[in-house]
Amino acid sequence: MTASTLAASKHLTPDAPARSNRRSNREGFRINWWLTALMLAASLTVLLPLYFTVAMALKSPDQIGTGTGLAWPNPMNWDNFAAAYVATNFPRAFMSTAFVTVLSVLGSLASSSLVAYAIARNWNHRFFRGSFVYLLSAMFIPFPVIILPLIKQTALLGLDNPAGVVFLHVLGGISFNTLLYIAFVRSIPVELEESARMDGATTWQVFRKIIFPLLAPMNATVGIFAFLGSWNDFLLPQMLIADPALQTLPVVQMLFQGEFNTNYSLAFASYLMAMAPTLVVYILAQRWVLSGVMRGAVK
Amino acid sequence: MTTTSRVAQTAPPAGPNNPTSAAGTVRSKSRIDPTYYWMVVPVLALFAFFITLPALVGVFFSLTNYAGYGDWKFIGLMNYVNIFKDPAVLQSYIFTFVFALTTTVVVNVVALAIALGLNAKIKWRTGIRTVFFIPMVLSALIVSFVFNYLFSNTLPVLAERFGVTPLATSILANENLAWLAIVLVTVWQAAPGATIIYLAGLQSVPSEVYEAADLDGAGSFRQFLSLTLPLILGYLVINVILGFKGFLGTYEIIVGLTGGGPGMATQSVAMRIFSGFTGGDYSYQMANAVIYFLITLLISVIQLRLIQRRGVSL
Repeated sequence: MTASTLAASKHLTPDAPARSNRRSNREGFRINWWLTALMLAASLTVLLPLYFTVAMALKSPDQIGTGTGLAWPNPMNWDNFAAAYVATNFPRAFMSTAFVTVLSVLGSLASSSLVAYAIARNWNHRFFRGSFVYLLSAMFIPFPVIILPLIKQTALLGLDNPAGVVFLHVLGGISFNTLLYIAFVRSIPVELEESARMDGATTWQVFRKIIFPLLAPMNATVGIFAFLGSWNDFLLPQMLIADPALQTLPVVQMLFQGEFNTNYSLAFASYLMAMAPTLVVYILAQRWVLSGVMRGAVK
Repeated sequence: MTTTSRVAQTAPPAGPNNPTSAAGTVRSKSRIDPTYYWMVVPVLALFAFFITLPALVGVFFSLTNYAGYGDWKFIGLMNYVNIFKDPAVLQSYIFTFVFALTTTVVVNVVALAIALGLNAKIKWRTGIRTVFFIPMVLSALIVSFVFNYLFSNTLPVLAERFGVTPLATSILANENLAWLAIVLVTVWQAAPGATIIYLAGLQSVPSEVYEAADLDGAGSFRQFLSLTLPLILGYLVINVILGFKGFLGTYEIIVGLTGGGPGMATQSVAMRIFSGFTGGDYSYQMANAVIYFLITLLISVIQLRLIQRRGVSL
């Protein structure tokens, strides 16, 4: 059964476009224009809020006035970005978010691939199988359940800062990531390792030089999920980071939710600056990102 | 996700892949390279400390009258008894369940429609696909802030202009309609994730099946009902359960749209639990968290059952 599912998923994962092309060739190259029009119209539901955000970010308070906010501003007001940059202390929030995200991604890649490798290669040993089941238990414990004691615990340890958030991002994702990796490690033939071991390589070396590079596609998948989850997370930074000066970008946006704040152009400029990094990376690398996410979905 | 199916499927055939098994099970116990332990044990220790320990501490304090500070003593199951009599908690559970059910249905209908569209013969497929998946990379909180403005300013102005009086005031301020705004934004945010799973499902259906159906003269709607839907049923089950579980924990989008209001009309269970940190009812909300945990656990058990059954039927 495993063999067949693995084979099936391998067959599916790499080039979804190639496969669907084959299907569309079935009846020649007849393109369904009605459906294309419908999909284009539907995609406006995504594009319109984005357009609105950009338009708002470029308006002066006067231009917002009491209108819908949908009109394109003339003239465009670029000063909002500079003002938002100062108001949110953007560089500091950005660095804090980048710190959390980079370390979470690296931590997730390193810890789950190591754990998955050790477990997959010692599956018939009780300790490793038990560890696997234990780690999976995290999938059944939602964060709201542990958050109150967690806040106290991290505060006691002096981890009420971005470093504490990193720990929880890595550990919170470990069950899902290990799951993804284990299936992949199993598809790597043991013979590859054995020849290296005969040349005197230690288990560490085998992992670093042979296994980890072979895991590259899964590293991409795990990395993408860890990146998005970490960069956009609101709950854990908001709850755990005690010093407002160290808060991450999403949490900093709460600044504009004060009851007396009516400077919407400033707020939208700030929203846009917080959303831009992931948006730009995604659009530049969309093929790579989507195939990575797809690989996660198939498992 | 497919937790158990993976466990169940992979357990038996793991043997041949495994270096130690070739040597026989007797030796495997004593001959494990200690390096393997070094790979697992630190992570296990951190995991126990950061995830398991708080869970146990939480259960412990749910049996006390701890307010979050100061002295406390054991009060047995009193917190649990009180929770069942608390209309505010009950209200949050009702809201959360109605919201999660509605959102699950809408997300899956929308996601399946998008997946079918993306899988069909359309022009500019890559571009359209890129657009549809954008919400996946954006922060739910910030997206909610944007929609907050749309709902409370843009929509009323438009409604007034076109004479649609019911919408002329912000729906976020309307006790009966605010939750629909939350559903809408959650769908906007969550549909891409479900779409990806459906796309994987649709691409797993061999094209020969459709060729045969074409020959038999089945129309596309008929093909969808009798072929596509049954063949991707497993993906639908995964989406429904994953979605439902996720939507039960909804938090950020509510914070960004209504903050739980108006009144307490849109306060989710998660928000009530978090209020225990500042509200002086720490132990009480811990009991609430334990109940919430038991409910999600029950759903997970159902999930495992359903997925296992799917594994058998496929």
